[in-house]
Amino acid sequence: MEQIPASIWTLTAGVVITLISFWVGHNHNLLPEQASEQAPLVDDFFDIMLTIGTALFLVVQGAIILFVIRYRRRAGDDGDGVPVEGNLPLEAFWTAIPALIVIFLGIYSVDIFQRMGGLNPGDHAMHTMGDHNPAVAVVAAAPQTTATDAPPLLATKTNSVPEVGIGASPDVQGKMPDLVVDVAGMQYAWIFTYPSQGIVSGELHIPVGKDVQLNLSARDVIHSFWVPQFRLKQDAIPGVPTELRFKATKPGTYPVVCAELCGGYHGAMRTQVIVHTPEEFETWLSQNQTMAAIPSPSLVASHTAALGVTPQLLAQIAAAAQSPQPVPSSNHI
Amino acid sequence: MAQAQLPLDTPLSLPEHPKAWKWYDYFTFNVDHKVIGIQYLVTAFIFYLIGGLMAVAMRTELATANSDFIDPNLYNAFLTNHGTIMIFLWIVPAAIGGFGNYLVPLMVGARDMAFPRLNALAFWLNPPAGALLLASFLFGGAQAGWTSYPPLSTITATTAQSMWILAIVLVGTSSIMGSVNFIVTIWKMKVPSMRWDQLPLFCWATLATSLLALVSTPVLAAGLILLLFDINFGTSFFKPDAGGNVVIYQHLFWFYSHPAVYLMILPIFGIMSEVIPIHARKPIFGYWAIAYSSLAICCVGLFVWVHHMFTSGTPPWMRMFFTISTLIVAVPTGVKIFSWVATLWGGKIRLNSAMLFAIGLLSMFVLGGLSGVTLGTAPVDIHVHDTYYVVAHFHYVLFGGSVFGLYAGIYHWFPKMTGRLLNEPLGIAHFVLTLVGTNLTFLPMHELGLKGMPRRVAMYDPQFEPINVICTIGAFVLAFSVIPFLINVIWSWNKGKVAGDNPWGGLSLEWTTSSPPLIENWEVLPVVTKGPYDFGGIVHRPVMDEDDDEDE
Amino acid sequence: MQGTVESQETRGVIDHHHEHPDFRVLGLLVFLISESLMFGGLFAAYLLLRGLNEQWPPEGTEVELLVPTINTIILISSSFVIHYGDVAIKKDDVQGMRKWYWITAAMGLVFLAGQVYEYLNLGYGLRTNIFSNCFYVMTGFHGLHVLIGVLLILGVLWRSRRPGHYSAHQHTGVAMAEIYWHFVDVIWIILFTLLYILTRF
Repeated sequence: MEQIPASIWTLTAGVVITLISFWVGHNHNLLPEQASEQAPLVDDFFDIMLTIGTALFLVVQGAIILFVIRYRRRAGDDGDGVPVEGNLPLEAFWTAIPALIVIFLGIYSVDIFQRMGGLNPGDHAMHTMGDHNPAVAVVAAAPQTTATDAPPLLATKTNSVPEVGIGASPDVQGKMPDLVVDVAGMQYAWIFTYPSQGIVSGELHIPVGKDVQLNLSARDVIHSFWVPQFRLKQDAIPGVPTELRFKATKPGTYPVVCAELCGGYHGAMRTQVIVHTPEEFETWLSQNQTMAAIPSPSLVASHTAALGVTPQLLAQIAAAAQSPQPVPSSNHI
Repeated sequence: MAQAQLPLDTPLSLPEHPKAWKWYDYFTFNVDHKVIGIQYLVTAFIFYLIGGLMAVAMRTELATANSDFIDPNLYNAFLTNHGTIMIFLWIVPAAIGGFGNYLVPLMVGARDMAFPRLNALAFWLNPPAGALLLASFLFGGAQAGWTSYPPLSTITATTAQSMWILAIVLVGTSSIMGSVNFIVTIWKMKVPSMRWDQLPLFCWATLATSLLALVSTPVLAAGLILLLFDINFGTSFFKPDAGGNVVIYQHLFWFYSHPAVYLMILPIFGIMSEVIPIHARKPIFGYWAIAYSSLAICCVGLFVWVHHMFTSGTPPWMRMFFTISTLIVAVPTGVKIFSWVATLWGGKIRLNSAMLFAIGLLSMFVLGGLSGVTLGTAPVDIHVHDTYYVVAHFHYVLFGGSVFGLYAGIYHWFPKMTGRLLNEPLGIAHFVLTLVGTNLTFLPMHELGLKGMPRRVAMYDPQFEPINVICTIGAFVLAFSVIPFLINVIWSWNKGKVAGDNPWGGLSLEWTTSSPPLIENWEVLPVVTKGPYDFGGIVHRPVMDEDDDEDE
Repeated sequence: MQGTVESQETRGVIDHHHEHPDFRVLGLLVFLISESLMFGGLFAAYLLLRGLNEQWPPEGTEVELLVPTINTIILISSSFVIHYGDVAIKKDDVQGMRKWYWITAAMGLVFLAGQVYEYLNLGYGLRTNIFSNCFYVMTGFHGLHVLIGVLLILGVLWRSRRPGHYSAHQHTGVAMAEIYWHFVDVIWIILFTLLYILTRF
């Protein structure tokens, strides 16, 4: 009886593997929801690599299983196998195909990275702090130092404007971001400062659909700012200002995860990013700006001492101003 | 046969299975490469168990989302030393110091390595290094990860961190000494009748590994010296407030530590090239492709290190350049995998323990390699860097790859080293437990990372708890998997079935001498007449087998 | 079998323990590749730090040139001197080799003394600033290697007291000390360029 030709089996296997791989590539559900403009770009790229990887894995694994069954030594047979030492066309084929795949992935990587804004960190339309709240201008200009740091012994070439990270995507290149937030990481919390609005918060609030730039800094050790739903991560490095620039595309609350070992409580260094509708964001801003209108204690201490306002009371007020809750009326001056 | 001139002090072999060294010789400064090889293997395995215990402690903590088992700083000390021990005191010494030292002189037809005393010195740097690491726990243990990034490493548990640095300097020195030895031995001490195309692929792999270690290890030493100075002598190399820069450390560290992963896999690839042809009774498919791809990985592998820094202080051009170089290095690795699979084709495959682990490696390493390709591209890496996706990837290549390969090597060469076979049923049980345990522990970690769980955490978002429980169960399976192996080794060393010179019917030179070999390997050096993979065409090549009752 | 032990003719090969040539010079050369890369790591760190800091070296921590330049001349000359020693032993002239090696050792010690003098008179120490960190660590490690080189030379001189230990066809130790000494010299030339020439010109 005639066997089905091996080529038909191979074709069938190829078709089946292709179908499985495409299905896996599109239905894996391994990634969280997409909440930024960059997320679909990253996911498409990952899906393609997962598809190719699944296909390769199935081909190799299938061959292994097939050969182990088909060429298993039969009992009593202690002769040698086929004395084949190589096959130049086959070896050229299986060198060329991965090489082509790898070239394709390389080109695609650059394309995706460029569309994410990865080629444009440091593309800052504004380098002045002119429209910032002067009370926090010092903080905004040098996010990686505090007022109590000793001045560096050397002037460094790194200025306070980030040149590392994910920058403007091509559609907003050369334009100013809609919102700038300074993000300072420390053991074990993130502090978000809104220089233009004069707000300091422990959570990141941003409006959906707007071009947001985060200026990242760290005071003590290296931290890393990661929002899985945005697919964006950038280390906050002491001494090196970095940035993440993006547009959120879906209102909601997403985790902000520290992704660089920063000490015993690294796992607890988490906060949230709340993506608001434009109206909700305005509400949040105005709620918090009232609080932030109170300048820092040291600035006003000399003026309020005469009024009988002690430094301790000032500190209380300033601390309360940093929480997003409305301040109880008894603490108003 | 014409008798060779032998000096009077050359020990002659005994007619039965000679066991020239006594057990206590293995605890001394002994210059015989075979003794040193076994010293490395046993010491490394002990550290594997110690590192494994740390992992079990970590996985126990991670079974719950809260930090409720051990102090979080101790957890960090465990994670740091688990990685450090597994890399520097288990895989590298076992693969290179253990198998490399044992096999290379035998495979090239030499009586010993080029520098036997340097060899012994290199081994004896390892136990003190391990002792230093363990003693560092008295001071809290180094807690900044095996990567030890400043500023965290300059401000946390600084005494322990300094001890950690000294321990690494010791093992690094050992590694460099070993590299010098292997390069000179392989290059210059092949028996005169052996051509370069008759050199076993394990030796090609060891040569590539040694060149890589020679060139990359000293750069780590430089970085660690600067770190040591920052911690102890008031310098500011990595202190930004005083003009230093922390990213420089990362470059110096990863310039070595990426090639380090090739140090951990290239010798394993060498083991694969020896185990698969013999147990499939076939020549290795694509000898030169495998030999040259080892050298290619060695070269390209020196220019990919920044893929560990895609989210760090790296400019865009650098992220793109290293994406491309990292993608390129996947090609020679793929070539090897295909060649080994093709070696199975048309063979007479014996599924003994050595072969099971080798075939298991093929599957596991491919999975790890594919996740590695995704990690090598900056766009995806930005999402998964420093998450459990990375932990999944490297455990697939290091456990599913290196550890499986080390086990394959042990099952394959244990008979040569001890003169006795390991018990097959126990070996199969060991294999099944290891395969199940590895996949149960590490497969779910891909999802953990993609969905948002960072690595190096003692406490995590409770949504990840169910998957973490699965991983912890897998870790316990892995812990138990060591038991049949240990029983097997300890029992078989003295009571296993006698193996004879060549239980597997191998063709490389180590199988031409007794098991275990004479102290100086052969009375008369062998003459090479064919290649080490010259299988094919022989109808009846008797070997020791699971269904054989008689000895060779 | 790949090898056929049973039917081997010895072909005049004497199978005993010391049947292979002396590979120690080759081993040293291979090792020096590694040492070069260790210094290379330090040099890379130095150049990166220099690139990141506007003023290099910073105010108050300039390098002085007189003593280091003299030291450089001494060290480079000592490479020629030690080479004469190698030439001598190749002609079986042990006394000649000893003379030249003594002079090299002396020159090495003068170099080290010059380093110490420089350290004491610079006016800044290891901890002063990032440049001084680099300066002392780099020259310090180099100085350590010079010291090791001097010890190797002294070791050769000690061994050479035994008649016949070194000869025209057996002088591995002499060659190794010389190669190591040249290495130390080459590293110094690079160091001098990086720390002195690049900062002053």
